[in-house]
This record gives sequence, structure tokens and C-alpha cells, in this order.
Amino acid sequence: MNRRQRLPGQRPLVRTLALAAGWTAVALLGTFALDPFRNYQLALVAAYLCATAGLTVLVGATGQLSLGHAALMAVGGYGYALTSNALPFEGAARFVVALLAGAAASAVVGLLLGLAAARLSGPYLAGLTLAVVVALPAVASTWSTVLHGDQGVQTDFEGVPDALRRIIALEQWQAMVAVVVAAVVVTGLALLRGGRFGLRMQAVRDDEVAARLSGIPAGRVKVLAFAASSVAAGLGGAVLCFVAQAVSPGAYTLGFSLLLVVAVVIGGLGSILGAALGSAVIVLLPWLIGRLTAGLPTDAAQRLDGNLAVLVFGLLLITVMALAPQGLHGALASRRRRRPPDTPRQIDEPAPQKVLVPTEEQR
Amino acid sequence: MDRLVFLLGTGLARGAVLALFALALVLIWRGARVINFAQGAMAVVSTYVAFEVTSLTGSYWLGLLAALVSGALLGFAVERGVMRFASPRSPLSGVILAIGLVMVLQSTLGIVFGPDYRPVRVPFDDSAVLVGGVPLLSPYDLFVLVTAVVVMVVLAVLFRWTSLGLQMRAAAFAPEVSRLLGVRVSRTVTIGWVLSSVVGSLAALLLVPTSLGLNPHATDSLFVLGFTVAVVGGLDSPVGALVGGVVVGVAMSLVTGYLGAGLVPLAVLALLVLVLLLRPAGLFAAAAARHA
Repeated sequence: MNRRQRLPGQRPLVRTLALAAGWTAVALLGTFALDPFRNYQLALVAAYLCATAGLTVLVGATGQLSLGHAALMAVGGYGYALTSNALPFEGAARFVVALLAGAAASAVVGLLLGLAAARLSGPYLAGLTLAVVVALPAVASTWSTVLHGDQGVQTDFEGVPDALRRIIALEQWQAMVAVVVAAVVVTGLALLRGGRFGLRMQAVRDDEVAARLSGIPAGRVKVLAFAASSVAAGLGGAVLCFVAQAVSPGAYTLGFSLLLVVAVVIGGLGSILGAALGSAVIVLLPWLIGRLTAGLPTDAAQRLDGNLAVLVFGLLLITVMALAPQGLHGALASRRRRRPPDTPRQIDEPAPQKVLVPTEEQR
Repeated sequence: MDRLVFLLGTGLARGAVLALFALALVLIWRGARVINFAQGAMAVVSTYVAFEVTSLTGSYWLGLLAALVSGALLGFAVERGVMRFASPRSPLSGVILAIGLVMVLQSTLGIVFGPDYRPVRVPFDDSAVLVGGVPLLSPYDLFVLVTAVVVMVVLAVLFRWTSLGLQMRAAAFAPEVSRLLGVRVSRTVTIGWVLSSVVGSLAALLLVPTSLGLNPHATDSLFVLGFTVAVVGGLDSPVGALVGGVVVGVAMSLVTGYLGAGLVPLAVLALLVLVLLLRPAGLFAAAAARHA
């Protein structure tokens, strides 16, 4: 057996695929146990996971921080919506083609941004991507004949296939589709990071000059890393558009972009499991806070609506970054280390269904 | 032609504000190697303080003073309370802390004051004065320009001809050596944050009356513009911030006047991408400072 030396966190290809398939199956079965609203939330978590997983791999492996992943999600969403509306046929084929179109659109935008990103260090890239998110509504209203300005683009409804209609509700179907897409995205990212390209990304992150001397094309690695992350975000946006049947600039604000950063940081920078946990937190916490403030008088509730959740997220972000930069993943990992060595190793990678765990706990 | 002159004049006043805001970013970048992404949120807090003081006392000038004081206090609190925790090894940790701060400050403002836009009044006429039959600048624009120039001169004097300025430059340039020579680097960094926060607050206070009004997110686009200015000028260069501010201010004024205000964010983005692709270190950065 070929015993190639592996970095911590790397695992053989077959094992990654087996894990991905196993956890995806568990998640799909899990959708049967959830009521429609939970399934809707699960679909959101899965869609966000695509973007946060892309972001966490980007930050963790290349040290580049993007504040603009919401805009890249929007690109994927628009790509999906416009293609879906333009296609003459219906059903699964339309969904797949539109999804691929969304991915392609975000890949192009990601490549363009990545070309700029490759020459920039952290804070510059953060500022550039911030400008991208802020410019998004202007893009939508400037090309309003295609993008329909603030109203955004509506898509046709993709219902449950006829064969499954009797046993599966719409929300559950959407959750299942979202889980499958997220699983594909996460597996792809895990393979990318675990393979040769992952090593190159880390080499460039840790010492760009040394990497160049070893023959690694540092610029190209950075551009491709950003593009890969962008495709992941774009697929997330496409899934979100599939669930919501619409895409509009109002849904992809700066606030949402920062929320993705929050998810990645509290999950633990660089950890895909952390991204999954973080995505669950950014879906569930606002909903939880919304329920808590629902009983208040209208004026107070209106002011707290949205703001309170952002306040909590901001405090969380500062606390985690200042006191525990490893995030939730770090907390889990340190507990795992204390366990006796003969227990089977916890699996920590491609797990959209992992988000079910906090779902239960948060309730 | 009249229109062009008017747009140039307005752009100059707007550019002066942007230059001030960019200068605040440059101050912190030079002192602490952090881009303060919370600059806009901190400045909007001060602007709310000014707004409240002005509506309580009826005096614009007391409000202005209150904004500067609250800016100073906020700068101190942010540096000592939050930014100290940034890891010196990772440039991202400061950015992420600042983002957390943005979320905390803006959501708190949203809870306390609500999301409405509040019109901010100034004790100046905002219709343009005719110079030789051509509308040029409003008295308020003139006030903004003069204030910006005064602040810049004061800062230049401070950094060039005072002992404190010398210490701050030394601490930013070579913290270890400065420490050995008796400069209290930690204190100069804090002073840098206080100064920067005051300047940023002043910029926001001057800008908000010319925009839609006061809102927790009123400075989001100011931050993007200020960041663009700082990048165009080079984050290390106060002179660059000044020139960049005027260039960006005039360019945005022309875009607003001839193409429509809706295109401004796109124009900013295009400018930012162009500058970052062609001269990532900015147009005025010294060659030695490019490895930040």
C-alpha cells in the first residue's frame, strides 16, 4: 500500500468519499424526521454551508479573507435564475444545467477577483471584496433589463418529482437537494485541500518566496484557490435561489456577507466541520432570538428585529477571535485529544448532517 | 461648462472629506499595521452623539465638540478594549475583530435609535455661491474644505515638528528600537488610534449632512470610498491620502453629475480594481514600504 506522507487532517481519497457518502445518506434519512420548517432551515444551512466551506478553505489554506462571499453567492443565484428561466425544458435537467450555469458564472467572477486577489495581502483583499458587496445593488440596477434591479429575478418553481410526490413534502425535497449539493461541494473542497493543490496552497500561505523557489506558481495557486472558493459560494447561492425561487440584491447585503465570516470564525478558521456548525448557528440564532423577542411590544420588537442577532454575532465574533481563535472546531478537537487513544477517531469532514446535532441542542 | 465647474467644486469639497477619512485609516495603518474596518462604524457613533447634543442644546458647535470628544474616547476604548487582542502574527485577526466591532456598534445604534434616516442640519447655507456668474461652492462646502485643510496642517505639524510626532513615527517604523530608546510604544499606538478616531469622526460629521441623513449604516459607503482613497494614495502615505481624496472625490462628483449617482459604487469598484492591479501599493507609496 502506498503510504504517502500526509499532513494532519489529510486522509485517503477512498475514505473521504466513503465518509461523504455515509454522512450524506444519514442527512437524507434525517430529513424524514424533521417537520417542514426544520427542513427549510436545513436547506438554508446546507446552502450557507457551501459558501462558508468555500470561505473557510480560502481563509484557512491561503490566508486570504473575503468579505464578499455574499456577492459571489448572488452571482451564482443570478446565474441559476437567468439560466433556469431561459431553458426550454423542465425538471431535473433544467435544475442541473442551471446549477452548473450558476457555478460557471461565479467561477468567472471569482477568477476576475482572484486575479486582483493574487497580488494582494489580507487587508487589501478584504477591502476589495467589501467594495464588491457594496456595489452589488448598483450592478443590479444598472443592468436592470436583465437583473431587474432591486426586485431581482424570480424563477419557476421546481417541484418534487412525480415518483416521490406521495412520500416527500416540498420542503423536505428542497432540503434533500440542498444537502446533496452541499455534500458535493464540501467533498470537492475537502479533496482539493487534501490533495496536491492543498499542499501548494499551504506552502504559498506560509512562505510565498520559499514556495516560488520550489517551483510553485504562487500567483496561479492563489487565483485558483479564490476561484474554487467562489464556485462553492456560487453553488450555495444557486441552491438558495432554488429554495427561495428568487434572487435579489436585498438578500445579499454586506450584513449577510459579514454573517458568513462570523460563521467561519466561530466554527474555527480553516475547519469545514466548523463551517457546518457555524452555518447552523447563523441560521438558528436569529430565528431563536426572533422567537424570544416576539412577545415584546411592536416598537421594541421592530428595533430589536435583526439588530439583536447582529449584536450577539458581533460580540461572539470578538470574543472568539480574542479568546479562542480556534473556534468551535478547536474546542471539539481539544476534547477529542483528551480521549483514550484506542477509541475510534471522530470524523470531522464532509458533514452537512452534522448540522443536525446543534439543531437538536438549540431547540 | 458651468456644470463642470460646479461638479469640480463639489468634488473638491467631497474629496477633502474623503481625504480626511482616508487619513484616519492611514494613521492607524502606519501606527499599528491594521486597516481599521470599524472606522466607519466608530465615526457614525460620534455623529449620533453630535446629533443628540445638537438637538439637546441647539448648538451645532457643541455637537461638533461632543463628536470629537466621543471620537477620542471611542478610539481609546477600541484600542485598549478590543484591538489589543489582535494576534500580531495574523493580519486577519485585526480585520475580523474590527468587523465584530462594526456589527456591535451598528446594531446597538439600530436598537437605540431605530433604522430611520434622520436629517442633519448645519448652520450654513447649502446653496452654491455664484462666482463670476458660475455656481461654484456652497458656504458649507467651503467650511468643509477649510476644516479639512486646517486638520491636515495640524497633523502635518504634529508629526513633523513635535516630539510626540517624532515618537509616533519612530514607534510605527521600528517599535523594538523605539522601545529600547525609551519611547512608550504602547502609548503612542493608543494615541494614534485616538487621533485617527477623532479625524474619522470629523470626516463623517462633515459628510453626513450632504448625504441622505443619519442612519446606523450611513458611513458604509464612506468607508468604501475612504478605503479606495487610501489604496489609491498608498496606505503609508498621508500626502497620498490627500491627493487620492481629491482625485476620487472629483471623479465621483463627475460620475454623479454626468452618469448618475447609481453608478458611483461601480465606479469606485472599477477604480479600486484598476489601482490594485496596476499599482497594488498605491500611486504614492515609497518602494520600501511595499511588503506590508
